[in-house]
Amino acid sequence: VNPILFLVLAALTIASALVVVLHRSPVYSALGLVGTLGMIAVFFLGLDAHVVGFLQIIVYAGAIVVLFLFVIMLLNLQEEPEALATTTMVAVATGGGVALAGMVTLGVARAPLATPALAQGFGATAPLAERLFTAYLLPFELTSILLLVAIVGAVVIGKRHLS
Amino acid sequence: VGLEIAIVTGKVVFLLLLLVLQVVALGVFFERKVSAVIQDRIGANRAAIFGFVGFGLINTLVADPVKFLLKEDVVPDGVDRRLHFWAPILGLMPALVAFAVIPFGDVIEIGGRTIALQVAGLDVGVLFVLAMTSLGVYGVVLAGWASNNRWSLLGGIRGSAQMISYEIAMGLALVAVVLTYGTLDLQEMVKDQGGLIFGWLPAWGILYQPIAFVVLMVAGIAESKRIPFDLPESESELISGYFTEYSGAKHLMFMMSDFVEVVLIAALVTTFFFGGWQVPGLDNGGFTTPWGTHLALPSLVVALVRVIALGLKLVFFTLLQIIIRWTLPRFRYDQLMRLGWKGLLPLALANVMLTACAVLWVGGGSQ
Repeated sequence: VNPILFLVLAALTIASALVVVLHRSPVYSALGLVGTLGMIAVFFLGLDAHVVGFLQIIVYAGAIVVLFLFVIMLLNLQEEPEALATTTMVAVATGGGVALAGMVTLGVARAPLATPALAQGFGATAPLAERLFTAYLLPFELTSILLLVAIVGAVVIGKRHLS
Repeated sequence: VGLEIAIVTGKVVFLLLLLVLQVVALGVFFERKVSAVIQDRIGANRAAIFGFVGFGLINTLVADPVKFLLKEDVVPDGVDRRLHFWAPILGLMPALVAFAVIPFGDVIEIGGRTIALQVAGLDVGVLFVLAMTSLGVYGVVLAGWASNNRWSLLGGIRGSAQMISYEIAMGLALVAVVLTYGTLDLQEMVKDQGGLIFGWLPAWGILYQPIAFVVLMVAGIAESKRIPFDLPESESELISGYFTEYSGAKHLMFMMSDFVEVVLIAALVTTFFFGGWQVPGLDNGGFTTPWGTHLALPSLVVALVRVIALGLKLVFFTLLQIIIRWTLPRFRYDQLMRLGWKGLLPLALANVMLTACAVLWVGGGSQ
C-alpha cells in the first residue's frame, strides 16, 4: 500500500473513531462508527482481501449500524444536554486506552518484520472458502451455532408470553 | 497511468450518461405515460415546445427536471442542516456506484489495447452489489431523522426496517445464483449465458433459477421503496414520508435515486437471469442464424449491438416494474413484513437447498 495513502486513510479512520466517542448526538456517533468500519473495509481491500472487505461493509455498515440507527430513532434519543461521564470514568477510560495502545505498539514492535510472500490468488474467494471449509471448519460451524443461540435468546427475550 | 484513468473515466461516462441515465429518463417518461394509459386518462400532455407535445416526452424529459432545479430549496427551521444536506447524496450515490460491476459488453480492441467493457472487473462482484444496495438505506434513515418531523421520522424507521428485511431475501436469492454459476464475477456469469440449448433456446439464467428471479425481483422492488412497497413514503398517511421536508433539487435527487434503483434492479435481473449483454446467436466473430448461416461482423459492430441489446433489456424490465407499480395497491405494514420474512425468506432458503443439491448431483459449479 502506498504510504501516503495509508497515512491519509489511517488519519480518517482515527478521526471517525473519535467522532464515535466524542460526539454528543447518538446519530452522529453511529455515523462515525459507519465511517470507521468503512475505512477498515478500505484497508482490507488495500490488502487484497476483497471478500473480507466487502463482507465488512455488508454486515457492519449495511446491517448492524442500520439497526443501531433504527433503535436510536425508535427511542427518539436526543442530544445529551451534558456529558454523562464523570471525571473518574473519563480518566479510567483514557488510561485504559493509552495502556492498550502501548501494549499493541510493543507487540507490533516485537513481531518479526519479514512477512512471508503472499500466495498467488491470496484473498480471492475460492482459496478463502477452501481454507474455511477444511482447516477451519470446526471454528466456522461453532461460530454459526453461537449466532443461532443468540438468535434464539433474542426471540425468547422478545416474546412477552411464552406458551 | 493517465491513459488508464482516461479509459476508466470514459467507461463511467459511457455507462452512466449514455446507458443508465437514458434508461432512467425513459423510466420517468414511462411513469407518466404508462400510468395515464393504465388509468385510462390522457396524461403528460401539458407542456409543449412550439406546439410540439410529443406524447408528453418534452414535459417529462425537459420540463420536469428544469422545474425541480429552478424551485427554491427550502430548508425548514429545526432540521439538522448537515445531515439534511448529505442524506439525498448518500441515497443516490450507492445506487449509481453499484453499476460499476455491471458488464456492458465483452472486450473491444482499440489501437492494440484490449478494453474490458465493465468499469470494475471485480472478482467479488456479487458482494459489491450487495454492499452498495445495503448502503442505500442511509439516505432514507438520515433524511427521516434529520428532517425533525415526525412523519419523516416514521418514514425513515419504516424504510430501514423494510430494506433490512428484504436484503436478506435478496442475498439468499443471489446465493442460489452464485451456486449455479460457480462464480461471484458478474462478467463470468454473463459469459456463461452465451450458449444455446437445442440450438435455439438461449441458455439464460432464468431457465436454471426461476425462483431466484422471482425473489430477486420482488425484493428489488421492495428495496426501491415503490408501490406496493412504498410504506416509507406513503403519501396518504405520512405526507411524503422521509422526504417530506425536501424541495427543489434535493427532492429531485430522492426521486432520481428511486428511478436509478429501478434501473439497477433491471440491470441485476438482466445480468443474472437474462444474459446481460448476450444476444442469442451472436458471438465475437459474428451472427449465426438457427439454421446455420454465419454472418461475419466486425468486433465494434458486435459490441455496439450488444450494448443496444442490454439497453433494450433494461428498458423492458424498467417498464415491467412501472406496470407493477401502477397495478398493485400498497401493502399494509404487517403484510409487508409477512411477505418478507414468511414468504420470500423461506422460499429463497428452499431454493438455495434445491440448487445446492442440483449442483452436487450434476457435479457442476466451479469444480
